Amino acid sequence: MALTEQTRLALREILARYPKPRSALLPMLHYCQSEEGYVSPAAIGACAEELGLTKAEVGAVATFYTMYKRRPIGDYYVGVCTNTLCAVMGGDAILDALEEHLGIGNDETTPDGAVTLEHIECNAACDYAPVIMVNWEFFDNQTPGSARELVDRLRAGDPPLPTRGGRLCTWKEASRVLAGFYDGRADEGPSAGPASLIGLEMAAERGDRAPQMPRVASPGTGSVSMARDGAPR
Amino acid sequence: MSPQMGTKTGTPKPFALTPVLTANWAQPRSWTLAAYESRGGYAGARQALAMSQDEVIALVKNSGLRGRGGAGFPTGMKWGFIPQGDAKPHYLVVNADESEPGTCKDVPLMLASPHTLLEGVIISAYAIRAHTAFVYIRGEVLHVVRRMQAAVEELYANGFLGPDVLGSGYALDVVVHAGAGAYICGEETALLDSLEGYRGQPRLRPPFPAVAGLYASPTVINNVESIASVPAIVSGGAAWFRTMGSEKSPGFTIYSLSGHVTTPGQYEAPLGVTLRDLLHLAGGVRGGHRLKFWTPGGSSTPLLTAEHLDAPLDYEGMVGAGSMLGTKALQIFDDTTCVVRAVLRWTQFYAHESCGKCTPCREGTFWMVQILERLEAGDADAKDVDVLLDTCDNIFGRSFCALGDGATSPVVSSIQFFRDEYVAHYTGGGCPFDPSAATLFAAEAGAAR
Repeated sequence: MALTEQTRLALREILARYPKPRSALLPMLHYCQSEEGYVSPAAIGACAEELGLTKAEVGAVATFYTMYKRRPIGDYYVGVCTNTLCAVMGGDAILDALEEHLGIGNDETTPDGAVTLEHIECNAACDYAPVIMVNWEFFDNQTPGSARELVDRLRAGDPPLPTRGGRLCTWKEASRVLAGFYDGRADEGPSAGPASLIGLEMAAERGDRAPQMPRVASPGTGSVSMARDGAPR
Repeated sequence: MSPQMGTKTGTPKPFALTPVLTANWAQPRSWTLAAYESRGGYAGARQALAMSQDEVIALVKNSGLRGRGGAGFPTGMKWGFIPQGDAKPHYLVVNADESEPGTCKDVPLMLASPHTLLEGVIISAYAIRAHTAFVYIRGEVLHVVRRMQAAVEELYANGFLGPDVLGSGYALDVVVHAGAGAYICGEETALLDSLEGYRGQPRLRPPFPAVAGLYASPTVINNVESIASVPAIVSGGAAWFRTMGSEKSPGFTIYSLSGHVTTPGQYEAPLGVTLRDLLHLAGGVRGGHRLKFWTPGGSSTPLLTAEHLDAPLDYEGMVGAGSMLGTKALQIFDDTTCVVRAVLRWTQFYAHESCGKCTPCREGTFWMVQILERLEAGDADAKDVDVLLDTCDNIFGRSFCALGDGATSPVVSSIQFFRDEYVAHYTGGGCPFDPSAATLFAAEAGAAR
């Protein structure tokens, strides 16, 4: 990686967040990925230089974590969950369908450079199984048909909205956020998906609620306020 | 089955959902400081900052709050292990590396209400006399990372973080740190190594993190849900918290139902409800099928079956049933599911995620995958099931951390309950199940044929 002055400044900005410099290594690697799309040997050298580590030390870390890619990937990383629950609910069939539809295998990229396909482990969205992640945004409750349509739109440059998340950004842009550079887009997308809210909705229907909190005197004011109790106010 | 039924132990009491952590998830712009404060948010933090640190620790101890990340260790006791009056900096680390298969509660919590967690961070860090806190979030959830970053920015901009938290004179910095894809980093000492910029590999204990954790300094590591429960405990008090749950497992918690259930999702209820209660609410197992097996708290907790429907879903109840409460990730599998296929996939997961440090886990998970693949393909014989059990014996309790132990759970429990199905795989020339029948779109797939 050509270590521009801008890159160095960004890496040092990351470094400054931590009490000990080496803690910055993971976000620094995310940042390198945001510039090049993957962690290149040059990027490993740059991080090693900034942290006073050997390239072997940095390489050992970069190759341990699955989110760091060792060669360039597509603009859209499509991860199909095939851990047990998603696999059983249809994740295996979805992965098969996408491999056939795109003509690529696991960890391969379409010739147009748009889509890289990979099977992933549990992504903490089991109540929305089967799940696909695109650049680490949620596409919930997928079927082989919806998955084919999803990748077709990614390849056509018309990315659909994630089920729970912001408008899709590129792989590089996502990596920059993961490096700790907030992109100002937290307000996009919903608070929660339907499955996240199902218990809350049933509680409302049934009139269920947590027991009332005791009334407490607000310190300093002498006034009495009702502490939060989960009831709408 | 009536939802009014009680648990087997203790007096029957009506079962009611108790939304506290999830209560604000449907609020418009629930992730913002304004929305959170409009419902009384940060009152608990203000209250705690007016108390002494020891009073806060005592309150959390008295509440009986136990860790929601799997192990169930009493949170207040963990905080109490932090040495007082030492010269070293103290650290709070929130384990937001949610990745135990089946577990899906912390991610929606941080997505919908990052301030519930951050209010807990302020109170908890204050109690253990830490001035720096880290939220270690798995990297594979981009929008959750964004929501946490934005919430922390809002707190700094409004004086809730920084050199003078809420005018109390207490200083706290919070760093949102994204991981990079490694299940093992959910193990607390591997998480610390990762946060220090190393490969995520577990440390031998002792010393425990409370004495020598992050940067060899006293450190508390708690799960997201544990920390997020603290503000309500401060606001409502220990006695209020104990009006829910049982004496040894008090309070509310989030149960995550997934799989072959009519309405999967997040159900917040008192500890000690049963799967029968929850399934009743969730419309039961999907139409036309019956429950075959389930996990109480992720794939690392031994499988249970329909005979355990009435066991209380709390720490003691699940141990009594031969499993563990874990993360309360209730993965439901119906009669279309091949248990050997399910266990093979989980075992592949553990083999992939084993960090490689300890030989029994690294080699044992590798060999179990080979055997289970043979079984699923119909190339195994009668000896193989015994070799699997023998391998589990050689993994369990012989590694630094619980990953290896967890890897044996689905294998041993599935052979215990479904040995006949294993036998059918080697006597019948392979898997007798049609995987398409288990999918959500089984009807769609059938129509397409």
